Amino acid sequence: MSGGSGSLSPALGPAAAARGPWSAGRARGTKTDRFGDALLKSLCAAASLLAVVILGAIFYQVLDGASAAFSQLGIGFLVHEVWQPNFGHFGAATFIYGTVVVSLVTMVIAVPLAISIGLYLSTTASGRVRSVVGPLVEMLAAIPSVILGFWGLIVLAPFLQAHAEPFLHSTLGFLPLFGKGETTGLGLFTASLILTIMVVPIVAAISRDLFLTVPKDLQDGAIALGATRWEVVRGVILPSAASGVVAAAFLGLGRALGEAIATLQVIGGGNFIHASLFGTGGTLASRIAEDALGTPYALQLSAVFYLGAILLAMELVLNLAAQAIMRRFDAFSAVAAR
Amino acid sequence: MNPNVTPPSQSAFGAVEAEFDALTSGVAALSANAETATPPETASADATQTQPHPSGGAKPRIRIGSAPVHASAMQSAESATVDALSGAGRAGAAPARESIFDVREMSVSYGTNTAISGVTMQIQRNMITALIGPSGCGKSTFLRSLNRMNDSVKGFSISGQVLYHGHDVYAGSVDPVEVRRRIGMVFQRPNPFPKSIYDNIAWAPRNLRMKDDLDRRVEYALRGAALWDEVKDRLHASALGLSGGQQQRLCIARAIAIEPDVLLLDEPASALDPIATLSIEQLMQTLKHRYTIVIVTHNMQQAARIADRTAFFSLEATSRAGVLVEYDDTDVIFTRPRDPRTSDYVTGRFG
Amino acid sequence: MTELPHPPASSAAPLQPAADDAPPFDLLAGRSFDPSGPLDPTGHLRGRQRLSRIMQAIQTGSAIVALAVLAIVIYSVAAHGAGALSVGFFTQSPPVNPEGAGGGIAPELVGTVLLMIVATAIALPTGILIALYLTEFAPPKVASALRLILDLLNGVPTILIGLVLFGLLVAGHGETGFYASLALAIIMLPLIARAAQEMLLLVPTGMREAADALGVTRWRTVRGVVLPSAIGGILTATILAVARAAGETAPLILLSDVFGRAVTFGIFGQALPNIPVYILEASEQASRYGFARAWGAAFVLLAFIALASLGGRVLMARSRAKLVQ
Repeated sequence: MSGGSGSLSPALGPAAAARGPWSAGRARGTKTDRFGDALLKSLCAAASLLAVVILGAIFYQVLDGASAAFSQLGIGFLVHEVWQPNFGHFGAATFIYGTVVVSLVTMVIAVPLAISIGLYLSTTASGRVRSVVGPLVEMLAAIPSVILGFWGLIVLAPFLQAHAEPFLHSTLGFLPLFGKGETTGLGLFTASLILTIMVVPIVAAISRDLFLTVPKDLQDGAIALGATRWEVVRGVILPSAASGVVAAAFLGLGRALGEAIATLQVIGGGNFIHASLFGTGGTLASRIAEDALGTPYALQLSAVFYLGAILLAMELVLNLAAQAIMRRFDAFSAVAAR
Repeated sequence: MNPNVTPPSQSAFGAVEAEFDALTSGVAALSANAETATPPETASADATQTQPHPSGGAKPRIRIGSAPVHASAMQSAESATVDALSGAGRAGAAPARESIFDVREMSVSYGTNTAISGVTMQIQRNMITALIGPSGCGKSTFLRSLNRMNDSVKGFSISGQVLYHGHDVYAGSVDPVEVRRRIGMVFQRPNPFPKSIYDNIAWAPRNLRMKDDLDRRVEYALRGAALWDEVKDRLHASALGLSGGQQQRLCIARAIAIEPDVLLLDEPASALDPIATLSIEQLMQTLKHRYTIVIVTHNMQQAARIADRTAFFSLEATSRAGVLVEYDDTDVIFTRPRDPRTSDYVTGRFG
Repeated sequence: MTELPHPPASSAAPLQPAADDAPPFDLLAGRSFDPSGPLDPTGHLRGRQRLSRIMQAIQTGSAIVALAVLAIVIYSVAAHGAGALSVGFFTQSPPVNPEGAGGGIAPELVGTVLLMIVATAIALPTGILIALYLTEFAPPKVASALRLILDLLNGVPTILIGLVLFGLLVAGHGETGFYASLALAIIMLPLIARAAQEMLLLVPTGMREAADALGVTRWRTVRGVVLPSAIGGILTATILAVARAAGETAPLILLSDVFGRAVTFGIFGQALPNIPVYILEASEQASRYGFARAWGAAFVLLAFIALASLGGRVLMARSRAKLVQ
């Protein structure tokens, strides 16, 4: 040990030798060493434990906060439609519906778009274009949701109200989905578009990374069989990355479900279920944010926690599924890349 | 077993150095193996079929290690005659050698780095042409340039001409996909798709809309690659479950399923064990009746065993670019090379 | 042979070497194309190539859509926001009447900077310690479970983090800037920990093994070898996490949204004014001047985040390259 420490200096470099009061005891300081080791290890373990405790506390606190509402409103809360705190009416159905519809519309638009962008960034674009466009697309994910929501409120919603919604209503109006628009342009559809802007860069970036890991020899094998670029994509790249893309979509969906602020700004805060996408509504997250802005009284606060518990359960399922797929995917691609 | 292959004797190459002798007799023994390594029940049939051939003094089946009389006959003969004879013997139906590829002054560089320079050679139909040489001498580059597999490599540029059936492969109007559809390729490492065995084969025919009788096509491709009997009961199992040698034969089957004209093989056996290697080599002997085969190999014995023609590539000392040193019938390359560099390489003095 | 669904047409067994003039197997009599013909597309290749080009056009189009949306959002923010910028915008408080003209966002700017400093001061050391535990100490199973927990923590909607802290700390006691920082720290923690872990893993194991072989204790190795080589990357990851948390609004509306017009430095005791909540509230009020200030605030925030995340990305690539080479 003592001889070792001496010869270690070059390996550690002068920076290590000159550092701090501990350096003094370096040559023979076994006691300090043992103490330092134990201290570092317990600090690290404590920090890790803290992360576990935080997650546990979040779950506990959400459930605990919801317990009063749960005992008073029961499971019927999930199917009860009306949310009128002033009259003591609490039902989550509108927000569950809103969450599901907004998420579905978001994913229907975002996933194909994101995969397409991922393919562009991994196969179609040349190296230089890639290195510029890639970060720009990811930049989209860095825009704060409150700014995106503000933009949606002031710029996007009036545009949709004036152009997109009348057009969709007149061409696809026979479907109840595309009903008559609100005068503001706020509603489920606008919220879906704003969430699409938030989800696309996430899914596109992960998809691109997945596509880039598809082994080159597999692609060469396909090219050598006289396949066109698209056939290589369809036959080799997409199938090899498929499960990973599904996991990426789950992560994106998790983001869409949990976004409170931007949704709150553009969804219009409706309290009833209706078929039209152009009507106002609410999601679990946006309702939590909306009611939190006021000063909720006891049962209302507990009902808000109840909404939070439903949201947390959805997120948990999605994240666990995405993690499970990702881990299996890692194993799979390890086999394929052998 | 085969009457054409007589055991070589040391004295056959009396004038040559001892180490050369040792090497070539080894080659000869291996060559004899390849010739005769046929299933036992067919060996006698093989023998009877080959018996009608030795009619003249200059026998068509000239191999390394064949009786010295053959070698001397070869030496005295005009090379064109030899070509014709050898072509008749090896390709059966084709009476004379017909060039499929006519490569003229091909130079390839990646960025500023010249990989091969000024290669001119013809590749003949229904023959196995081996490309040998030390690593980094550009033989794989040459091979991949024949079917435009290098197009997507960064900085790739090519000069000279690659004429395939007289058409310039790199002409502006040519669709590289069409080129690769006619000129198939099998790679160093087996690269089956992570799909079923059946879908590995059926994938390219489906792309090409050759969907009629797909089951039969898959079966023939697998038979053609000598894999059918091993996989016929598990066609819908994953191809990744096959052994390395089976995977490589699957890749060959996959390539022949779309009836290419030429098969390019880039060190197809380098990742395989000796038994799998042998089965691939046997397979190539069968396949050349229908396809023109060009194979890159780092294994000289393999070239000697299977190739009709051999091209020796090497690095030019000053420019560090790959050049074609010598290209001739395989036995000439291995027994009487004209260029001292070839002789150094095949005798193991270099490389 | 007889049990095959489609026995070969020729009766000869395909693998037995046949006479030289008879091909050993026959892949559907004759090729479907003439291999010696010109190398123009044959068969269906023209159609296949057209499909391929269409799909590529769709991919390019999708990327253009994403870039266009980015450009439109940035343009909107810049066009509306740049007009609001002036020296006073950075030095003054908002007007007494939130719908009135003039004024600035000085308290919000100061508050957001304070919130981020405190949040980083909590999240960075904790994140590094967790990353060290993951790479240096934890048994594989524990490490894998801990990574899962960090990923789940990262997946918790930020509004719920705010809600939990609200129920735990604020309800009955009142808001403070510190609680908001705590929420932001929880949001940053998994980001920093995972990024730091990635950086630590990039430290060549050879360096660690050399130290281990010399009998150097783990904490000396960490302090002398591992951390110094990874710290650049970890700090860059922290910049990216700050960029992500700086615009985070959801937890703040529960923890630090009732604030005055004065520049505030104390993080304990009262709510801190901050830019995200300011933008949200201005957007709810629907007044011309409020909107103008909100656009200005959005511009400032977006500019900071864009600089931080682009700069962070460049630095990240550099420190990763340094570790890998």
